[in-house]
Amino acid sequence: MPHTRIPVVAGWFTEDTAEEEFRLLGTRCSGCRSVHFPREDGHCRNPGCPGGELEEVPLSKRGTVWSCTDGRYRPPPPYVSDPGVPWVPYTLVAVELAAERMVVLGQAAPGVGVDDLPVGSVVEVVPGVLDEDRAAGTVHTTWNWRPVAAGALS
Amino acid sequence: MTGDVAVLGAGMHPWGKWGRGFVTYGQAAARAALDDAGIGWPEVGSVVGAQTVRGGYPGYVAGATFARALGWQGARVTSVYAACASGAQAINTARAQILAGMADVVLVVGADAAPKGFFAPAGGERRDDPDWLRFRVLGATNPAYFGLYARRRMALYGDTPEDFALVKVKNAAAGAMNANARYRKPVTAEEVAASAVVADPLRLLDICATSDGGAALVLSSVEFARRRGVADPVRIRAVSTVTPTFPRTVLDLPDIGTDSAVAVEPSPKSFRSSIARAAYEEAGIGPEDLSLAEVYDLSTALELEWYEDIGLCGAGEGAKLVREGATALGGRIPVNVSGGLASFGEAVPAQAIAQVCELTWQLRGRAGERQVPGARVGITANQGLFGHGSAVVAVR
Repeated sequence: MPHTRIPVVAGWFTEDTAEEEFRLLGTRCSGCRSVHFPREDGHCRNPGCPGGELEEVPLSKRGTVWSCTDGRYRPPPPYVSDPGVPWVPYTLVAVELAAERMVVLGQAAPGVGVDDLPVGSVVEVVPGVLDEDRAAGTVHTTWNWRPVAAGALS
Repeated sequence: MTGDVAVLGAGMHPWGKWGRGFVTYGQAAARAALDDAGIGWPEVGSVVGAQTVRGGYPGYVAGATFARALGWQGARVTSVYAACASGAQAINTARAQILAGMADVVLVVGADAAPKGFFAPAGGERRDDPDWLRFRVLGATNPAYFGLYARRRMALYGDTPEDFALVKVKNAAAGAMNANARYRKPVTAEEVAASAVVADPLRLLDICATSDGGAALVLSSVEFARRRGVADPVRIRAVSTVTPTFPRTVLDLPDIGTDSAVAVEPSPKSFRSSIARAAYEEAGIGPEDLSLAEVYDLSTALELEWYEDIGLCGAGEGAKLVREGATALGGRIPVNVSGGLASFGEAVPAQAIAQVCELTWQLRGRAGERQVPGARVGITANQGLFGHGSAVVAVR
């Protein structure tokens, strides 16, 4: 069935790209090079920065696990889930990006559990589906983190 | 250093799930604190209410709501909100008014009637609210963040789920002796291990519940206390309400990403440790001077982190302290002898006030079975969503 794909938040990640090209999108200050994710489009938040232009920038494809956990119980709204369907736990992972020197949260790809994500192991960002409205024929897209078999950062 | 303010009275409405509104709990706590202080409500020159987001409009105007419930008498009013740190902000507001000579006697009140289960953001489609976004995009509940911190400790320091369970066992033993606590039964390590996993590696009994409750303090100038014949009152010597410094490199609720440390080298000290440090500096004391501490044990693992952040031990040594019994009643530096959040559950705007109530009773030597012998100096520590630090130093 054809689906209209809608990003859960517009402008946070690339759309209509192949999996290899999929990236999170942040903004980088032209003055101090600080990166902001979620994107900051107003002013650079570095208090010592005289202020520069905030330019959209793709974040690193790969990073290392800072920590992870899972959600064994259904989160409350506005998380979208069907109360009529048994809850399937998902994994949440915090990923350290070396080039940006920051940590970014995300859900792990479906089927990836905490045991697959030891602290320090390499993961990469891939496109994912957050929720689906079959009646409306729409899906909300998001980003997922997935272990990298080879384990290389680049 | 700033001047001291006196704690004339402390009072609570017991924590639990009572099914009434927050005003009832706040009013009961306020009356208990006024009785304890021997102060009539008409003598109060200012009332400061710590707000709750769950009471609808009255919750957002908590100061006046409590004043109305107690009977309008014209006092100056303030309402403050800083999530879990709301109570400390209310105390600090009262302190500033007293030290500035704006009021002699200030009533501080916080109360909540919390829903069961996970805290959730305010309703509506609010895409400019980071708290709404973390639920919508990630389903990241508060325990999810606690789980991330706990696993990080396991990887970095070798903490185990058994270490975390020891915190619950310790706090439940203390809470069993506290009439204001919601949970008053001892808990065993086996019971913790048998409880359901909520956010791996944390189990239900590792994570604090959400509760109803109310706490209040009557604060005054030290001179006023002396005029009332209280020669040696418990005194609040410092209140820390610091924010983080850029770049903040640890994910805090409700962050989806940390700051980037590309441009500025991060502080070697964490935000949480800066909260206590500011309080110590203002009070002119250090962790070695403490008789006891009340810290915000949203999870068992987080209590261990607080040990390190308030300077009871070095980084990574928190689990060793609890294993040795150093932080239990009778240990070198008892922590959460009230029973902590483990025994109370969280009634958000009341909680930081409740921590100071416990210090007050301990420093007066009136804490009964859970008394820390000879208590002279105590600290509370807490952190409110989004970057609200809070710590209070009280002395006698």
